[in-house]
Amino acid sequence: MHPLLRLVVQRLLLGVATLWVVSLLIFAGTEILPGDVAEAILGQAATPEAVAAIRRDLGLDRPAWERYLDWLFGLMRGDLGTSLTNRMPIAELIAGRLENTLFLAATAAVVAVPIAIALGILAARFRERLLDKAISVLTLSSISMPEFFIGYLLIFIFAVKLFWAPSIASVYPGMALADKLYAVSLPVATLTLVVVAHMMRMTRAAIINVMASPYIEMAELKGLTRTRIILKHALPNALAPIINVVVINLAYLVVGVVVVEVVFVYPGLGQLMVDAVAKRDVPVVQATGMLFAATYVLLNLAADVLAILANPRLRHPR
Amino acid sequence: MTPSAAIGFVIVGVYALAALLGPWLAPYGEAEIVADVWEPFSAAHPLGTDNLGRDMLSRLLWGATRTIGVALAATMLSFLIGMSLGYLAAVVGGWLDQLLSRAVDALMAIPTLIFALVVLAVLPPSVTILVLVIAVLDSTRVFRLARAVAMDVVVMDFVEVARLRGERLGWIVFREVLPNTLPPLIAEFGLRFCFAFLFLSSLSFLGLGIQPPAADWGGMVRDNANAISFGLVVPLIPAAAIALLTIGVNLVVDWQLERSARPRRT
Repeated sequence: MHPLLRLVVQRLLLGVATLWVVSLLIFAGTEILPGDVAEAILGQAATPEAVAAIRRDLGLDRPAWERYLDWLFGLMRGDLGTSLTNRMPIAELIAGRLENTLFLAATAAVVAVPIAIALGILAARFRERLLDKAISVLTLSSISMPEFFIGYLLIFIFAVKLFWAPSIASVYPGMALADKLYAVSLPVATLTLVVVAHMMRMTRAAIINVMASPYIEMAELKGLTRTRIILKHALPNALAPIINVVVINLAYLVVGVVVVEVVFVYPGLGQLMVDAVAKRDVPVVQATGMLFAATYVLLNLAADVLAILANPRLRHPR
Repeated sequence: MTPSAAIGFVIVGVYALAALLGPWLAPYGEAEIVADVWEPFSAAHPLGTDNLGRDMLSRLLWGATRTIGVALAATMLSFLIGMSLGYLAAVVGGWLDQLLSRAVDALMAIPTLIFALVVLAVLPPSVTILVLVIAVLDSTRVFRLARAVAMDVVVMDFVEVARLRGERLGWIVFREVLPNTLPPLIAEFGLRFCFAFLFLSSLSFLGLGIQPPAADWGGMVRDNANAISFGLVVPLIPAAAIALLTIGVNLVVDWQLERSARPRRT
């Protein structure tokens, strides 16, 4: 087998194993309470009848491993169980919201990735100059700010004061794409500000790292311009780490949507999960948690595989 | 000291004072309703009032003690867990190292916020639980760093000598490894504190962290979120307080990292 293919297959198998462990942890996470989950869910309002009802719904009379296997096989068949609060099948609850969340995350990615890479290249090109310093100050502050601060700041400026964009991102099925994009403009801007900094910093670092190699010095001695050296000579060799950090940030984006969705009252998966946690709707929390975690694991896996594929040394083994 | 580090120290110092003296400096009680809802800035209420008519400045000061205190407690606990297990893994090695490292890998495969939400769905909402959840989830990062730096030290000759001398595990960890691995861990402490602080604020903002009526900065943003559509800056005040502290700590950490990277003058 081609060594590259073997590496990729190894990664994929590892990914499947990770997903399994993650499902185990998510399930175990709702079992860590030494006492009875049913009583914990009801809190002080626990009447014996209500406790008995929840025990029956969650199947708490059966051993944990049996419930775990049921849940796992259900997941694989696409059966996510039933919500405790409104008795709806969770798959139905989730379907539209998952689409909304993916739409938001994907739009943010389409905006953020080109900006981050372009700024990273510029910072590397004008290293140690004003632009580079300005970018690094911006990076520091955007890393330090909680998502909800950026979100409300943008609402305050662009929705309340300037009337440029809506403060509440309401979308519904059958909405025209342009209207949808307008509705999510502020959440997308927030997410972009959150993820751009890290991607840009890593792009800059990756390029600067390559710039220290002897072949770049050779290109400099040949008299090539700095811009040409960076774009033609340094960038292709810095691609692997850049792709890696981009995909890892996409994974971060999928998680970052949780807070941003709540800020903009966006009907997505994150909002659903937070509501379910507040209502202690354990099956919904497990299902949404698993979806978020699986997306995160799969994107990280993609980052690994892409980094392998982008490495020319692994592509042409000796 | 660089100017940016000086700014960082001033910010951290002011916050530390506010956290230590907050309840005494606050002109009003934590949950005391003193005026109308969302009153503008005035002499009596320098930062106005909140969604229930409580004095914003007082709540900000009470919140400083609580938010910073809880985040600090969580960070210290996460260092206690992460460093002990990390050093143990590095010094003992073998199957124990494998077991701990794989367990940490598994825990880190799930985004922290998502796992915290899953666990908080069944746990009672209390400050102790919050500190424990944040500390355990964050200790994975501390474990990785502590194990990595300790790994570099345990292969050194002086540790070998200590082993041959027949020193006990405790001696090797505390007298040989710990003093030689401290500088990177101190910088990491600042970063982990920022993480715990932002994490706690996010949880409170989502309504799953510190519960009302206790004042907490993330929760205060949530309580006053509606004010923003009336053009009021109220929810931005606690949010900015959160952002400013993390910026301050980051400035100090950057300076500390740069200083320890430079060769030391004797």
